[in-house]
Amino acid sequence: MIAALTRLGQSVLDPLARLGRANLFFLRLLGALSFLLQRPGLLVKQLHTVGVLSLPIILVSGLFVGMVLGLQGYANLVDFGATSSLGTVVALSLIRELGPVLTALLYAGRAGSALTAGIGLMKATEQLASMQMMAVDPFQRVLAPRFLAGFIAVPLLTGIFTAVGILGGYLVAVVQLGVDGGAFWAQMQAKVHFFTDVVNGVVFKSLAFGVAANWIALFEGYEAQPTSEGISLATTRTVVSTSLAVLGLDFLLTALMFGVW
Amino acid sequence: MAKKNNLELAVGLFVVLGLAALFLLALKVSDIASIGEDKGYRVTARFENIGGLKVRAPVTLGGVRIGRVVGIDLDPQRYEAVVILSIDPRYDHLPEDSSASILTSGLLGEQYVGLEPGGMDSALKNGSTLKLTQSALVLEKLIGRMLTNAVSGDPPPAKTP
Repeated sequence: MIAALTRLGQSVLDPLARLGRANLFFLRLLGALSFLLQRPGLLVKQLHTVGVLSLPIILVSGLFVGMVLGLQGYANLVDFGATSSLGTVVALSLIRELGPVLTALLYAGRAGSALTAGIGLMKATEQLASMQMMAVDPFQRVLAPRFLAGFIAVPLLTGIFTAVGILGGYLVAVVQLGVDGGAFWAQMQAKVHFFTDVVNGVVFKSLAFGVAANWIALFEGYEAQPTSEGISLATTRTVVSTSLAVLGLDFLLTALMFGVW
Repeated sequence: MAKKNNLELAVGLFVVLGLAALFLLALKVSDIASIGEDKGYRVTARFENIGGLKVRAPVTLGGVRIGRVVGIDLDPQRYEAVVILSIDPRYDHLPEDSSASILTSGLLGEQYVGLEPGGMDSALKNGSTLKLTQSALVLEKLIGRMLTNAVSGDPPPAKTP
């Protein structure tokens, strides 16, 4: 009886404590960022790992998502004779939702899981502990560069994804299906507003997703049980929690930005 | 050393590519070109009913876009809608007695302000008011009028046998 109650209490207290640790972890991470002014080379290396190496998947997925949007939009709009607004449909869906969200999800799978596994392995092989022995702060040396690199990379990847997606939509709509190219771009420019759509959608959303994705990935790695099962569990949790966090955050941000009260 | 250079090069390329994509989105896809260059002169027009007209809607003359709606307000005394139009200074020779009407592009399209040039010599300038205006066509009112007409006589023209 007492044991059952204890378990019940633990199942509430453990996630709470974990949340608290996650926030403290985030604060320490922010505090360690200034170290990068002294060692910008660390940042460049991480930017290569999380950014440049994520480019292929982002480019290919962006192109295909845009092409699918072009096909689907055409198939539905052609009934109303409104194919000239295909540009608007493709651009708005990519800029407002699909670009930031899909980039963040792909980033979690491609880079977030690798971050978690890398940090977890460093912990398992006691590299982090030995750094501390040598009075090197792993937050400054290992975690902060990864976090900042991810924070910079996600918005850039989102921009690339969205731009390539619109290009894909253009290829299908104008080159393949024969929609008028002038109308495609003109309608798009008339309906896509810079501040409400591009800044809110691509920039703010991706910044928020970048913080969430990298924070979760690094925290899961840092908290991982230093065993092979622990690391694989942490990697899975990174992908799952990042996906949920990104989709939940997306709803929240969409309600704030585009919601009509 | 060469390897490190390659890495830096790749990162630099990545950042440039990302920024270029953002610029492309800003310049090619969105309407930023029309932001910040609002140097147009302001003209006011009063309407009984503006229907679904929204701020940023285009102002056209002869189908050519010459400006946009920058403000919509209600006159609390006369209960009229006050629409402020910003017109591109390139078109500074519009006659002062031009008329404005609220039109719809297509059957279900958005509403815009269409100007009809008048015949006076004096031109519209910053702060002028358009005297002749025509309200938006409200579909419900139109249907209502059609129904009352149908009820109150006017039998359909008899078919010749």
